[in-house]
Amino acid sequence: MRALLLAVALLCAAPALAQNTVPFTARDQTSAEELELQRTLQGGTIHGRISIPDDKAANLVQPEGRAWRDFHNRTLYTVGAVAVCGVLGLLWLFYMIKGRIRIAAGPAGRTMTRFNLLERANHWMVASSFIVLMLSGLNLTFGRWLILPTLGPETFTMLTMWGKVAHNFLSFPFALGLVLMFLLWVRDNIPNALDLEWLKAGGGFIGSRHPQAARFNAGQKGVFWITVLGGGAVATTGYVLVFPFFITDIAGQQWAHMIHGVLAMLMIAAILAHIYIGSVGMEGAIDAMSTGQVDYNWAREHHSLWVDEELAKARTAIDPGAKTAGAD
Amino acid sequence: MARMKFLCDADRCIECNACVTACKNEHEVPWGINRRRVVTLNDGKPGERSISMACMHCTDAPCAAVCPVNCFYTTADAIVLHDKDLCIGCGYCFYACPFGAPQYPRVGNFGGRGKMDKCTYCAGGPQADNTAAEYIQYGANRIAEGKLPLCAEMCSTKALLAGDGEIIASIYRERVSKRGYGGGAWGWRTAYREGVQA
Repeated sequence: MRALLLAVALLCAAPALAQNTVPFTARDQTSAEELELQRTLQGGTIHGRISIPDDKAANLVQPEGRAWRDFHNRTLYTVGAVAVCGVLGLLWLFYMIKGRIRIAAGPAGRTMTRFNLLERANHWMVASSFIVLMLSGLNLTFGRWLILPTLGPETFTMLTMWGKVAHNFLSFPFALGLVLMFLLWVRDNIPNALDLEWLKAGGGFIGSRHPQAARFNAGQKGVFWITVLGGGAVATTGYVLVFPFFITDIAGQQWAHMIHGVLAMLMIAAILAHIYIGSVGMEGAIDAMSTGQVDYNWAREHHSLWVDEELAKARTAIDPGAKTAGAD
Repeated sequence: MARMKFLCDADRCIECNACVTACKNEHEVPWGINRRRVVTLNDGKPGERSISMACMHCTDAPCAAVCPVNCFYTTADAIVLHDKDLCIGCGYCFYACPFGAPQYPRVGNFGGRGKMDKCTYCAGGPQADNTAAEYIQYGANRIAEGKLPLCAEMCSTKALLAGDGEIIASIYRERVSKRGYGGGAWGWRTAYREGVQA
């Protein structure tokens, strides 16, 4: 019995004895510097356990913030400056060379309905919120360098604070408008063979010949899809940022911000061109979105197939017994 | 002038959270804000280490670099502070910070997280030193009184060291050479781009 107890005691003690033979100084040593360097190179965080009920706080080091900083201070700044200044420069050059695109046959004086009240109201809801979103967004990236020195810190903070509030809240009419816009116009924005012809002819911008187009030409379809898909992606990533940690962790938010920033800059560039051609760039274009009534000759030149379609529709819609004005 | 830094000797930290409590109490930090926290790595496994972490007052601080309203400034002692009257609570400093130091008084919802709060190295903020206004916004200003941060002063094992970078690094190196082991200072490579290996 005594021998058995001794054997059991020895068995239990064996691991302890074995451990004691390892010198205390040679115990497992994780090098903080090595681990931090590894994580910086690999990405990812150094994560542990924490007693406060917030697992995010258990991230000891999250070195990928450095990559985000480089993105924010270099990449986004460069992409934004090149996209916005580049497009403005190109538009200026285009205006200098081509001038305002006139209605070749001159205004007919007769008009036809291009966009109804709902379409126009929705367009301007999206457009006006986009302008504020654009300005407040650009301010976050460039304001510190361009506006802060002029306004001074207090005024600039007030401006940026209101800009942030506007940016967050106007995202809702913007996103709602995108959905409506998609439903209203997707039917006429499906790409087809005509678009290739239109693009080959340079959209009538480069040559003098006006290529055929239905309700929307390839350029307008481009603007539509940039707005719907680009705007959709920008809105989605924006909501990820507006509700921090509801959807994703810190790495996800950094990615959301990067996608949001780059897509927004590219969209701004595209929309600046859209604003140009819809206003000073082309005679008669603004009417489509202001009164909704476009000049007949403008419509013939830019959307010949749509005019034919509308006329055919009108012919079948009117009373067959009706007489043309002045026929009596 | 000194170059103030924090150094946590992970071989000494016993995860007692006294630094966290001291910080909360000294500055009357509200619920949900943790200017300092203790993280345990490899919990319950060989090589378990606890590290007390707060704002490291980085060299070339990422928060200051990305702030859209430029509300950060660095004191003569290289302490990174910010002006809450200028902060818009956008959260950019939180995306950039490698230590998760920036805290926000409100959770979630809509960019309405309130003005950012973080460890001030017990150095207050841009308000006049040790005024009521400074205390409400930033907490106590021990540096102005010639004292070091309370978290480090309270530390029972002297794991958390605060003070001039060269002095605390030399204390740590001396410890490592005497006891014969030390895993380096957590956060130093990231914050100061240097190590303290003996």
